[in-house]
Amino acid sequence: MKVFVVGLNHNTADIEVREKLAFNGSRLEEGLIQIKNLPEIEEALILSTCNRVELYANVKDTLRASESIKSFLSEFHGINRVTLDKVLYVQEGVNAVRHIFRVTSSLDSMVIGEPQILGQVKKAFEVALEKKATGILLNRLMKKAISVAKRIRRETRIAENAVSISFAAVELAKKIFTDLSEKVFMLLGAGEMAELAARYLMSSGVKEVIVANRSYERACDLAREFNGRPVKLDDFLREMSHADIVICSTGASNYILVKDQMHKVMKERKQRPVFLIDISVPRNIDPKINDLDNVYLYNIDDLQGIVDSNLFERQKEAERAEKIIEDEIEPFLKWQSSLNSVPTIVALREKAEEIKKEELERLLNRFPDMEERQKRAVEYMASAIINKLIHPPTIALKDDPEDRDLMIAIIKRLYGIDEEEEE
Amino acid sequence: MGTILFELSLIFYFAATIVSIIELFKDKKIISQVMLILVGAGFALHTANIIYRYVVAGHIPITNFHESTSFFSWSIVLIFFILQFRYKVSILCSFIMPVVFVLMLSSSMLSQEIKPLSPVLQSYWLAIHTVVAFLGNAAFALAFGIGTMYLVQEHYVKSKHLGGIFGRLPSLQTLDALNYKLISLGFPLLTLAIITGALWAESAWGSFWRWDPREVWSLTTWFIYAIILHARLVAGWRGKRAAILSILGFLIILTSFLGIKLLRKGLHVFL
Repeated sequence: MKVFVVGLNHNTADIEVREKLAFNGSRLEEGLIQIKNLPEIEEALILSTCNRVELYANVKDTLRASESIKSFLSEFHGINRVTLDKVLYVQEGVNAVRHIFRVTSSLDSMVIGEPQILGQVKKAFEVALEKKATGILLNRLMKKAISVAKRIRRETRIAENAVSISFAAVELAKKIFTDLSEKVFMLLGAGEMAELAARYLMSSGVKEVIVANRSYERACDLAREFNGRPVKLDDFLREMSHADIVICSTGASNYILVKDQMHKVMKERKQRPVFLIDISVPRNIDPKINDLDNVYLYNIDDLQGIVDSNLFERQKEAERAEKIIEDEIEPFLKWQSSLNSVPTIVALREKAEEIKKEELERLLNRFPDMEERQKRAVEYMASAIINKLIHPPTIALKDDPEDRDLMIAIIKRLYGIDEEEEE
Repeated sequence: MGTILFELSLIFYFAATIVSIIELFKDKKIISQVMLILVGAGFALHTANIIYRYVVAGHIPITNFHESTSFFSWSIVLIFFILQFRYKVSILCSFIMPVVFVLMLSSSMLSQEIKPLSPVLQSYWLAIHTVVAFLGNAAFALAFGIGTMYLVQEHYVKSKHLGGIFGRLPSLQTLDALNYKLISLGFPLLTLAIITGALWAESAWGSFWRWDPREVWSLTTWFIYAIILHARLVAGWRGKRAAILSILGFLIILTSFLGIKLLRKGLHVFL
C-alpha cells in the first residue's frame, strides 16, 4: 500500500506534449476505468489540467506499477515511449504525498498561488469517487490535500496579491473607486494588451464603455463586442470628461494626451478622479499628467512593477506554505502506517475467536447436559483467556510505529495468519 | 466611583491606542478584533461615567474642562462606532484613537470634582449648546482621521508603491465620500452651536456676540469648513485638497480648544 504518482507538468513538458496527454471530457472517465483495471493498481485518480497531467495511484509494487502506467499512457494517447519517458516524473510514498499537497496548494503551479488548481483537484476527486476508482488510501489523501490547501490559503497570503497586469489594473481601480459598476470606461486604441485588460475590467462590471480608435470601423466592431459606444479618435478628448477609467494603447509614436489637455479635462470633470492606464510602448500619455491632482496614471512598467513585487511577496509566503505542508505530511503517514496493522489485528482476533468457537463446541458436545449457568461461565472464561492473550500483541501493533512492519511480520508468522486469506 | 469609571475607561482607551498602532504594522484579524473590544469596553465605562456624573450633578456633565474634554472624546468614539457599524472601517481606529487618548489624558489631569453649577450656566441652553458643539467637533475629528487615511492611500496610489496598509485602506472614493459626509454632518452642528451660543449669551449677558476668544475661533473654524464645502461644490475641490483642509480644520479646533484653556481668558472660562 503506497501512494504513487506518475505525471508531467509545465516544467517538464511543452504544450504540444501536454495537449496530447490531456484527458479531456469522456476520455477522462474512460482512462480512469482502464487504469483502475490494471492488476498493479488498487486505486487511481487522474488530474488533468492545461498545465499538468498526473495519475495518482495506490500500488503495492512501485516498479511494476510505474511500468504498467507508462505503457498505458503510451497506448491510450498513442505516444511513443521514448518521448513519454523524457517528460514523465515518478514519485512514491512520502514524496508523492508531498507532491499532491504542493500541487493542490498551488505551490507547483506556473503562477504560484493561482486559485484554479484547488477546484480542478476537487473536480478530479469527484470524478474518481463517482467511478469508484479511489478507495481508503486515496480518499483520505485527497481530502487531506484539499484541507491542507485551504489551511494554506487561510494562514498565508499566497493568493492575495494580483500577479497579472490586467488583474493589477483592476485591483488598483478598486482602490481608487468604490464601485466600478457605476464607472465609465474608455478604451483608447485597440492593441491586443489593451483588449485583454479591457475584457478583464469588463468582467468585473462597468457602467458604460466608450471605444475610440484610429480606424472608426474597428472601433465599431469592438464597441459592438463590448456593448459600448464607438467614437472617432479625434473626439476622444471631448469624451474624456465622462471617462473614469481609460486604457490607452494606440500605437501612436508620440503623446496623444498632454498635461494641459488633461488639466482642462479635470476642470470639466470637476476634479472627479480618473484612472489612466497607458499600456502602449512608446507611451501615449505624457507621464507629467500624473502630477495633476486626482489623476492616477500608470504605464506598463508601473503595473509590471506591482506584479513583480506581488510575485516576490508570494514567493515569501510560499516558504511558509512549504512548512505547513511538512507539518501535515507526518500525521498522514502515521495514519497510513496504522492502516497496515489494522488487517493484522483483525485477523488475529478472528483467528482467536475461531479457536474459541471450535473448542466450545467440542466441549458442549461432550457434556450435553450442562446447565445454562455453567455453559455461560465456560464461555466467559474462554473469552477472557483469548482477550488476555491477544491484548499484548494488539497493543504492540497499534502503539509502536518504529518497528511496526517487523512486528506485523512476526505476529503473522507466530499465529499462522495467512496473508492471502485476510484480503 | 465616577473617578474609577473614568480611569478604567482611560486604561482601556490606552490599551486600544497601543493595539491600534500595532494594527498598522501587523495585518491580523484578531488584532483588530481585540482593538474593537478594547475601544468598546472603554466606551461602555466612559458612558457609565458620564451617566453617573449626570445623575449626581443633576444636569448635563459638560460644565468644566475635565467634563468637556471627556465628552468631546466620548462623542468621537460614538461617531466612530456609528461609522464602523455602517462602513466597517476599523483601521480608522489607528488614526483617531491617539487623539481620543490625548484628550482623555488631558481630561484626567484636571479636577474631577463635581461642583454646584454657577448661576450663569443654569439654563436649558447648556445641554443644547454643548452637546451640539461637541458632536459637531467630533464629526470634524473623524473627518480629520479619514482625511489622514486619504492622504496615506493617495500617497500609495500616486507613488505606485503599494505596500504597507494599502490593501486594508478603503478606496480613495470611499474615503473622500466619508470625509464629505462627516463635514456635512459637522457643519450644521457647528452652525447650530454658534447660534445657540449667541442666544444663550444674549439671555445670560445681554448681547449676542462679544468677540470672546472661543467665539472668534469657532467663527474661524466655521469659515474653514464653509470654504471646504463651498470649494467642493463649486470648484470641485475634492480628494487631496478636501483631505488637507479637513486635517487643517481639525488642528485649528484642537489648538483653540486646548489653547484657550491655557490662556484662561474670556467668557468660556468654565470650559
